[in-house]
Amino acid sequence: MATRYFGQPIKRNEDPRLLTGQATFTDDVHLPGMLHVAFVRSQVAHGRIRSIDTTAAQAMPGVVAVYTAADLGAYWQPGPLLVPPPPIQDLVFNPRTQVPLARDKVRHVGEPIVAVVATSRYIAEDAAEQVFVDLEMLPAVVDLEQALTPAAPLIHEDLAQNLNAHVIQRKGDYAQARAQAAVIVKRRFLYDRGTAAAMENRGVVADWDARNQQMTIWDTTQAPVFIRNGLAAMLGLSEKQVRVIAPFIGGGFGPKIMMFYPEEVVLPWISMRLGRPVKWIEDRLENFYATTQERGQIHWAEMALTQDGRVLGVHDTFLHDAGAYAPYGLTVALNSQCTLLGQYDVPHYYTEFKSVFTNKPIVTPYRGAGRQHGVFVMERLLDIAARELSIDRVEIRKRNLISPDKFPYSNDIIYQDFKPLVYDSGNYLPALEKACALIDYEKFVQEEQPRLRAEGKAVGLGLVTYVEGTGIGPYEGAKVTVEASGRVSVATGIGTQGQGHFTSFAQIVADQLGVTPDKVRLVTGDTTEFYWGAGTFASRGAVVAGNAINAAALAVRKKVLKKASDELEVDEDDLELVDGTVRVKGSPQTAIKLGELAQRANPMRGAVKPGTEPGLEATDYFGPERGATASGVHAMIVEVDRATMMVEIKRYVVVHDCGSVINPMILEGQIHGGVAQGIGNAFYEQLVFDENGQLLNASFMDYLLPTTDTVPRIETDHVETPSPLNPLGIKGAGEAGAIPVGPLFAQAIEDALNNEIEILEIPLSPSRLYELVSAAEKAP
Amino acid sequence: MKPAPFAYFAPRTLPEALSLIAEHGDAGKLIAGGQSLAPTMNFRLAQPAALVDLNRVPELAFLENDGRGGLRIGAMTRHRTLERSVLAAQRAPLLHAAMPYIAHVQIRNRGTIGGSLAHADPAAELPAVMVALGARFKLVSVRGERWVAAADFYQGLFTTALEPDEILTEVAVPAAAPRSGWAFHEIARRHGDYAIVGVAATVQLDAAGALDDVKLVYLSVGEGPTEAQQAAASLHGQAPTPARIAEAARLAAHADIEPLADIHATAGYRRHLIEVLGQRALSEACARAGAAA
Repeated sequence: MATRYFGQPIKRNEDPRLLTGQATFTDDVHLPGMLHVAFVRSQVAHGRIRSIDTTAAQAMPGVVAVYTAADLGAYWQPGPLLVPPPPIQDLVFNPRTQVPLARDKVRHVGEPIVAVVATSRYIAEDAAEQVFVDLEMLPAVVDLEQALTPAAPLIHEDLAQNLNAHVIQRKGDYAQARAQAAVIVKRRFLYDRGTAAAMENRGVVADWDARNQQMTIWDTTQAPVFIRNGLAAMLGLSEKQVRVIAPFIGGGFGPKIMMFYPEEVVLPWISMRLGRPVKWIEDRLENFYATTQERGQIHWAEMALTQDGRVLGVHDTFLHDAGAYAPYGLTVALNSQCTLLGQYDVPHYYTEFKSVFTNKPIVTPYRGAGRQHGVFVMERLLDIAARELSIDRVEIRKRNLISPDKFPYSNDIIYQDFKPLVYDSGNYLPALEKACALIDYEKFVQEEQPRLRAEGKAVGLGLVTYVEGTGIGPYEGAKVTVEASGRVSVATGIGTQGQGHFTSFAQIVADQLGVTPDKVRLVTGDTTEFYWGAGTFASRGAVVAGNAINAAALAVRKKVLKKASDELEVDEDDLELVDGTVRVKGSPQTAIKLGELAQRANPMRGAVKPGTEPGLEATDYFGPERGATASGVHAMIVEVDRATMMVEIKRYVVVHDCGSVINPMILEGQIHGGVAQGIGNAFYEQLVFDENGQLLNASFMDYLLPTTDTVPRIETDHVETPSPLNPLGIKGAGEAGAIPVGPLFAQAIEDALNNEIEILEIPLSPSRLYELVSAAEKAP
Repeated sequence: MKPAPFAYFAPRTLPEALSLIAEHGDAGKLIAGGQSLAPTMNFRLAQPAALVDLNRVPELAFLENDGRGGLRIGAMTRHRTLERSVLAAQRAPLLHAAMPYIAHVQIRNRGTIGGSLAHADPAAELPAVMVALGARFKLVSVRGERWVAAADFYQGLFTTALEPDEILTEVAVPAAAPRSGWAFHEIARRHGDYAIVGVAATVQLDAAGALDDVKLVYLSVGEGPTEAQQAAASLHGQAPTPARIAEAARLAAHADIEPLADIHATAGYRRHLIEVLGQRALSEACARAGAAA
């Protein structure tokens, strides 16, 4: 039996290139005659454009062109609605999408108004300063609750109010739960905004080759195929005339799946207009305004329970901040709604949200994509209920877990993939028990905490659970080719932003074809290499593209066996693929190398049997019936310095179930990165807007990302409950690390402070904790 | 985030630098380590017409014994040099102890003591440390030179005694008195961030063990390094008991300083930290001075 690479923690194929600076990122693209673009952006959150004067800018040496919305003519169109509303009864939905350059109004700070094209970025920025935009300032809509009041100014004046959507979903009948309940807990929860802050900002290079009538676009997108299709249609070109390359990308996290960003629309148009390549690289300041953000919800939630802590029902109403436009439909708010119940068997659920427009940057999914909010509300309600009922926090969770015999488990409401929310599989208790064992829950509660408290130390433990809907459709595809060299090439349509696809996908192919993973060369994100696909988002790369690659590799394997069987005159069943050869089982000297076989499958001369396809190549696709539900438990121990309210994480444990694991090392990396982002969201990161919609901390000096000294060592362990919905049994893992960190911090800090305060908001900070404690001390 | 156009000069000697900055006056700007100025220029918040770069003026980078138990520090001495200097650790342990709080190693490799002191960021560690140490700064121009005490040098938000044609060339740190002690404390959100509150303390005991000189200088609580004078005065002539130290810290927080809120801290939290850190710093400084517990 050949070595099985699936499941092995092998080192990443792509790392030598990345670590030695040899990989191509969008900003590494330098073309002869290339021009540079800078954007004049709105300085105000809400305003009416009276006039734009570009004469001084146009007259500057080195400036090639200056464009406003008026110059775009018929090309100026609001962006497409990316995700239509799901089929939910009585749903209200008012889509409004972003425009290439603001024409009449600006609706958030940073919205692009004018594009300046020059021979260098320096000159383009100098000229941008000379563009005069005469704006009538309008009052800004910033506060979520005020956005829907009759006095609120209208952001989209054709709407009667700043309402993007109103959705109500039900499971069972919450009124029944309320009637039966022994206890009801009810709170208001706040979850504020953050930004993904990928290491690489966005960027676009567009190159129109007039002689060949060919457009090439390098773009930091997570969805190159859709960018190609959309731009081809907008530019009046055939899809075959447009090649979109999503090269190496320094982090996606969701905002890079948004489309079409104004810059993505404007750059190719400029290149065609001027007949020259043009480049725009987003700088960090622009990234704080012009790249989409996430979070910003207020929930009013209640939970009905029996005396012994069984959850009878949950009632949740929330406001969701969509920002100035809502190109991504309802995805984020639906995720909050559909993730809230988590691992718990809750018979009755009423959930209602209003998505509101505000004069803030656009909100689209960012790692976790709204799931955090639901998990925060549910886990907090459980903690509060546990206290009220004097039940241990782990015990109350155990009493409510969905038991393994109930899968597939339906929550009856409609999910972001438009299908009823059904958990495909899961086994929650073992992960919970494993996490308790790892963090030594009993010992901490019984011995450690009392001992440390006696020494005057404020230490506390948090333990929370979550689910993550992953690996949704529609589909992905792949082409696998055995080359005459014996190497295998694989092309797929998704983009890659650091997930380790070059390795994990190679492992899948290596197993099917009996080669080592380093012999497998993967191309992602180049629309010339693979025509079809959706993209890398929603923790779906490994699930959907992984299974497509597996299917294509399996098809090639069949071709290999058939061809080898013909060549060696041996029955297919007697052959095996090992060490880059096809050989006869038990008689390894009777063998043929894969490359040799590939050559014979593509002869230069002679005849082949009618109906024969050349080469050892296959293309196949995979589309899951619905998403696969991953799950996990995070546990943490913190120490709070009561004098300063500084919080130190002493231990951090993750027990995770994402079904079958392709590469445990890559999986750990995903979890570590997710936890780091989760820690940032819970305790460090917050976008602070003033009442005029101005962002007060648009730099890394004041927007605090977690750093190596704030992220602890993370101990991980796994439970494997394979998904029945795909042949490899995979569930997604991309977002898991980030999802439950908010409620984890809340519970651990409350515990450290002896439950003197109740935490109902995220993010936290030492200053905020000080204020909460001060308020609690003053309370009667 | 590209700077506006500017002229760039790289003088090789101090006289050359002095005449360049005299020539460009208000429109010119000196650049040392560039750790604050370069980002400000990239944000276009600063748009100097001319930059005079001091990095190629070797006579400004030195760190030496002043012959009287103190230190002479050239303005272009890098933070990292001070951080790693045994001489600095022996002669100015407070300064040495504050160095790791200044941003990150990469920034300390490049940033200079003169640049930080002249920039006068109210959140910077070095101005407070220099006031606590009673250091003096040498200011030189084509018109001549003068020495200014650190406490007189700072005149408000990003405002100093420097005239547009002057260069801060040297820092003189006096020798520590016998039976003196020091402490530095800072709370920042993450290590290396600007402080929410920081404090440098120096104390000196007389022969009887009473405090006869106390300096308690805060950073990030006002427009520049901020001395808690009533707090210091309350300890003068007193034995440093925990109760008196606690009272001094309370005075610092409630009488001396009126902190403001920003996005990282409410005024109330900042006031609380002024008291907590003041108490920690004074206790530690007194212990170092050899005060009876």
